Order: sequence, then structure tokens, then C-alpha cells
Amino acid sequence: MTTQAKPEETAAPGGSSSFLSVRDLSVRFRTEDGVVRAVDNLSFEVERGTTLGIVGESGSGKSVTNLAILGLHNPANSEITGSIKLAGQELVGAPNKELEKLRGHTMSMIFQDPLTALSPFHTIGAQIGETYRKHTGASKKEARDRSIEMLTKVGIPQPTTRVDDFPHQFSGGMRQRAMIAMSLVCDPALVIADEPTTALDVTVQAQILDLLKELQQEMGTAIILITHDLGVVAKTAKDIMVMYAGRAVERGTVREVLKAPQHPYTWGLLSSMPNLTGPVGVPLRPVRGTPPSLINLPTGCPFNPRCDHLEQVIGGKCTTERPPLAPEAGHATACHLSSGQKQEIFIDQIQPRLG
Amino acid sequence: MSNELTLDKTDGHTPTIGEPLLQLSGLQKHFPVMDGFLFKRQVGAVHAVDGVDLTVHANESVGLVGESGCGKSTLGRLVTRLYEPTAGTITYAGQDISHAGRKQLAPIRSEIQMIFQDPYSSLNPRQTVGAIIGAPMEINGINPPGGIQKKVQELLETVGLNPEHYNRFPHEFSGGQRQRIGVARALSLSPKLIVADEPVSALDVSIQAQVVNLLQQLQKDLGIAFLFIAHDLAIVRHFSQRVAVMYLGKIVEIADRQSLYESPRHPYTHALLSAVPEADPDDDRERIRLVGDVPSPINPPSGCRFRTRCWKAQEKCATEEPPLVQLSGNLDGHLTACHFPEDGGLAAAPAAV
Ligand SMILES: Nc1ncnc2c1ncn2[C@@H]1O[C@H](COP(=O)(O)OP(=O)(O)OP(=O)(O)O)[C@@H](O)[C@H]1O
Ligand SMILES: Nc1ncnc2c1ncn2[C@@H]1O[C@H](COP(=O)(O)OP(=O)(O)OP(=O)(O)O)[C@@H](O)[C@H]1O
Ligand code: SF4
Ligand SMILES: [Mg+2]
Ligand SMILES: [Mg+2]
Repeated sequence: MTTQAKPEETAAPGGSSSFLSVRDLSVRFRTEDGVVRAVDNLSFEVERGTTLGIVGESGSGKSVTNLAILGLHNPANSEITGSIKLAGQELVGAPNKELEKLRGHTMSMIFQDPLTALSPFHTIGAQIGETYRKHTGASKKEARDRSIEMLTKVGIPQPTTRVDDFPHQFSGGMRQRAMIAMSLVCDPALVIADEPTTALDVTVQAQILDLLKELQQEMGTAIILITHDLGVVAKTAKDIMVMYAGRAVERGTVREVLKAPQHPYTWGLLSSMPNLTGPVGVPLRPVRGTPPSLINLPTGCPFNPRCDHLEQVIGGKCTTERPPLAPEAGHATACHLSSGQKQEIFIDQIQPRLG
Repeated sequence: MSNELTLDKTDGHTPTIGEPLLQLSGLQKHFPVMDGFLFKRQVGAVHAVDGVDLTVHANESVGLVGESGCGKSTLGRLVTRLYEPTAGTITYAGQDISHAGRKQLAPIRSEIQMIFQDPYSSLNPRQTVGAIIGAPMEINGINPPGGIQKKVQELLETVGLNPEHYNRFPHEFSGGQRQRIGVARALSLSPKLIVADEPVSALDVSIQAQVVNLLQQLQKDLGIAFLFIAHDLAIVRHFSQRVAVMYLGKIVEIADRQSLYESPRHPYTHALLSAVPEADPDDDRERIRLVGDVPSPINPPSGCRFRTRCWKAQEKCATEEPPLVQLSGNLDGHLTACHFPEDGGLAAAPAAV
């Protein structure tokens, strides 16, 4: 793969200075009911040694985006356009053989659901060892030792005996840890973690996040962390991207997005979470309305049917014109409200709600 | 602000707690561990649930939290009788159902429903959403006014899904959307007790809020009792009047939510609360890091099971199992199993709102 001799310092759009660079990515599925635009013109970057947290509504395209990076969509019913460059190498349209070599070795995924990733017919140790052998050519004995080492790392008790257990003999959280062990066994350069700790209790969750961080510090791993838990993002990520209906609606550093969020959907997310000290007798505050149909997206801003602030936008642009994610770099939102309005609404209406 | 999907009638009152509906006493589930080449023989057992006493009253939600693998799901499956207990009793509405057969269970099967942790494997991929949600009604010969399809479509709407999705298949839905299908299915039989195993952990926070509000409304309107298993301690606090903390097959602390979150006594409860991540980059609470061996449920430590990772452990902890009792200074109903408890101060959560 040819890379530019000297990538520009400023990550201009289309520039490939980032370790992972996703440009104008769209993923569409053909279904009986019509074409599902699961990811729509999405662009983002991840640097080596950093973590990008992706949060957003269920069905907003988080998993689909990352499956596209891994090249795991079925070409028979999906159409992928745009560019995904990993260390300069274009992945969109790359031959499957090439992607297979990268998967598990250069990039690996920790799935949301351990049961789909683990085979019920093989022991945990065999499955971790197999991945290791496939990519490193290690012997069976070495692979087994490595499996035990990885199980120890992720905190499985008695790893030397439990290495021979089958997935159904593990609790949900233990399966998740086993899968994390499997995806880290080859020290990948890019780890995509899709809800890696959703099934875990908070103490184990903290350990796993520490483990990922350690790995990152040691190896300079780039991590994409998909999660619903803004607390987890706050503890681990450098940057956050908030997705809605297949697009990024807000992007910035953790501090920018969590301390001074600017998009009405992000406000909705933060307002709907209970905390450890808030009142318990009152209902929680979900974002009103229902998720949009990805077959028939609302015109204008896709969030407009659920937004409490569209009347404040001059000229009714919310229902006619799609707001771009702006500015190009730094803390950005896709919303027609002026930055003054965003700030004012956040301080006057939203902040008092958050515990 | 109008919240269409929020049932915003929930007021500040805790629902009046009713009669004991579910009583667990000395409940145990051990899974045999087999070994041997030609002749398999049992060489041990996973002590998944190991002597649990717990009461859930009508109209009450009891939260169940604890380390991954400590036996929460197993306990839930014992209650719904998907597993046969190894020892101990399960009493439902005054009736001992510990070993009840199919016939004896039939009349109460619809009263106890389960919502599962895993939205993927718990839905049949070959059935449409309509068929999945309608199945319990069909099996139990229930014909709601307007027909099953109409009821299913109402349920879809209740859980925040589009009624048009009636004819779709589970694989066409995202993880969160699938979990809502599971919730709709559990609601279809108007149960009295729902064992909810991580019902909202796969959902995004907004849908989580919708579902929690919905479950809370159902609890209030229909008097449904819940055994609510979850890892999110903020959600548990919001949803459950009482909370039990499990560690390695046993309950180590149980109290009403206020006592538990504001004056936890068991060191493990402290560790849990301190590890809750807050969505605040400035949150600098010190997390208690559990070090030491993660014990095996096959050979649980003697005495107190937490002792291998406990910073307060002394010799007594290895020789004598601490009973689950009310410690001096604790309110009624706040029980702790620890020889050297922390002094009820606030562990993790900052005091101010
Ligand atoms: N193979 C497919 N065929 C048709 N539609 C699909 C397919 N896979 C995903 N989708 C749709 O694409 C959208 C995005 O799904 P995706 O799994 O990326 O959501 P997500 O953001 O990961 O949600 P969650 O947080 O619930 O996991 C959803 O509306 C989903 O229904
Ligand atoms: N069918 C089974 N056969 C053997 N062991 C089992 C079986 N089911 C569960 N176990 C073991 O019992 C223990 C408790 O498992 P359980 O699934 O109840 O934990 P849990 O508290 O629900 O954990 P999590 O929070 O991770 O879901 C674990 O050690 C697990 O490995
Ligand atoms: S009884 Fe002992 S070991 Fe157990 S939690 Fe208390 S102090 Fe720790
Ligand atoms: Mg997903
Ligand atoms: Mg479980």
C-alpha cells in the first residue's frame, strides 16, 4: 500500500495521517421493506494509543459501522461505500483473504454477545488457542499456555482447569472475559470493543477497562469502545462520537461532550440516566418519541420529530435542511441551533437536571 | 415537556408492600463437575447458589447485584423453576414449589415470568416477532380482547417498538431492539412475579429509562413483584425498594435501598459501590481495587467467602462463617454477613445530589 510520503500535519478530510481513518462511510441493507440506511456518510478517525468512545441510540449504526471496518458484512445484502483506511491500507473493497489476515491479528473485535462469538462445541482454551495458532503458528502446547495466561489476565479463577470448560459452563460475565481473552491473544493494533463490559459487574468491568488501558499503554493499541454507558466512556476514552440514525451528531473530547454537550440528543442521553444519589420516586426522563425509521428518514435533521428545541431555530430549517457536523475539527455538532443558543439551553435547562 | 412514551404518572410513593409472595429458604444449586475418560464420574460441584434465604413480597421489587458468576442468573432460574434446586425450598404464594412437577406448576407458570439477560439466544430466529410475543398467549389459550395480533401490536408499542415490525424476524433488529421484544413477551401473560435478569443492560440509556419507567408503572398499576437482577447500581437503586448483594453463591448484605447505598456495611458492598463509573470526567472517587485470588465456586473459601480479597480479613474470617444478621446500628431489615464490618459511612457515592 502506498502512503503519502509525509502526511499533512492537520488531519484534513481525506488525509490519512490517522491510524484508522473512516471517510464518508455508508452502509445500506436491502430488505423486503426497502433499503435500510444503517450508516450514512460517517467520518471519524482514531489515533494509535487512544480510545474513541462511540455512544448512541440502539439501532443507530454503531455495530454496523464497526462490522464494516472488520469487513464482516455479507456482500449479498449490503452495500458499503466510502473509505476505511487502517494504517494507510484501504479496507473497503479489499479482498476477503486480505481482511481475514488482518482480523484477529492486526484488528480484533470484542463482541456484544459472547455466545455468537464462542462455539459451543469447543472448549474455551481450544478456541483461544486456535486463534493464536492461526496467526502465530505456535505449537499446541504454546497455544495452551498462552490461553491460560490470557484467562489469568482477564481474571478467570483457576484458569488451569477452567481452560478446559465449554462456554455453557461459564456465567455470562465469565464468557465475556473469555472472549476478551480471545480477542487480545495476538496483541492486535486496533481493538473494537462492542459493549465489552455490559454483561459484567462493576468491579470486573473496572478490571477489564484497566486491562484494555494497560494493553493500550504497552502496545499503543487504538481502541474503539462502543457502549451505552457514559460512565464507562468517561473513565476510558479520549474522544467521544455520539451517533443518531447512522450519523455522528456530536463529536469531541470526553470533557467537551460530557461537560458541555451541545446537541439536543446528547442532552437527552445525559438526562435519561439515573445516578447514585438522585431522587428515586420520580420517573426517569427518556428522549421522547420513537427511533426513526432508517428506511424513511425524516427530512432535515433526523432528530427533529423528537427534538424539544426546533422552534428556536430560525426559518424552520430543522425539517427541511440536514445540519452538517460542524466545525470540521474539534468539538462539533450537527444541529441548526446557534452556538450561543446551545450554550444557553445547556446551562439554563439541561445542566440543572443532571445530578 | 411531553414524554409520549413515559408513563409519567409514577408518583413519589413507594408502593405498599404486600404479603410474602416468594420465599426462598436455604436454597442451593450445585452443578456437578464430571471427570474421567471412559467412565465419567463426579469429582466436585460448582456451588452456584449456596444457601440463599430471600423473601419477595407482592408489589415489591427486590434488586439482586453481585459479581459476575456469583449465581444471580442461577437463582433466577431456580425461582422460575428452569432448574431443579439441589436443596432448600421455594415457596410461591404459600405453596411449596421446590420440586413441583409439570402438572402442579401449570397454574402458576404464567404468574412467574422471566426476562432474560441475553437478547440474542433467547429469541427463536425462525419465528416472527409477532409469533414470539404471541406464543405465551397461544400456549396458555388466552384470547385477549381484539385478538392476539392486536395485543401483540399494543405490547410492541408499549416497549417502544414500531407495531409495523410485527412480521419481522429477530435478526433484523439491533441488540437493544431485541431485548424489548423479550420484555413484551414477558408482559403478555400479565404475570404476578417477573424475574428480570439484566433486562435493560443491552439497551441504550434512553430506552433503558423508558423500560424502567414502564416496568415501574406496571409494578404500581398491576402490583407485579420483581426480582430484578442487574449490574447497573444506579438503575437498581432507582427500581428496587430492597437490594440484595450476592457474593459467590450467598447473600452477603441486604437492606432497603437507602440503607444499602448510604450506609453499606459489608466490605464487598463498599467495593461494588466504589467501582460504579460516573459520567463525569472530574469524578475522582477512589476505587477500591479488589486484589487477591478470585475464589472458585467449586472450592469456595472456608469461613467468609470474601476473605481472600478482603482488606479487613482476620483469622476468624477463615474459620467461622459470618451469619447474615442485623448488626448493631443498622435499621430493621438491614442484614450483613461480616465479622469486621465497615462502619456504615458512605462508601462511594458523594453525599450531595
Ligand atoms: N443485516 C441487516 N439487515 C437489515 N438491517 C440491519 C442489518 N443489520 C443491522 N440492521 C439495521 O441497521 C441498524 C443499525 O444497527 P446496529 O446493529 O449498528 O445498531 P447499534 O447502534 O449497534 O445498536 P445497539 O446499541 O442496540 O447494539 C438497525 O436499525 C438495524 O435494524
Ligand atoms: N449449566 C451449568 N453448568 C455448570 N456450571 C454452571 C452452569 N450454569 C452456571 N454455572 C456456574 O455457576 C456459577 C454461577 O453462574 P450464574 O450464571 O448464575 O452467574 P451470574 O451471577 O448470573 O453471573 P453474570 O453476572 O456473569 O451473569 C458460575 O460459576 C457458572 O460457571
Ligand atoms: S467477614 Fe471477614 S473476610 Fe468477610 S468480609 Fe467481613 S471482614 Fe472480610
Ligand atoms: Mg450494537
Ligand atoms: Mg447472569
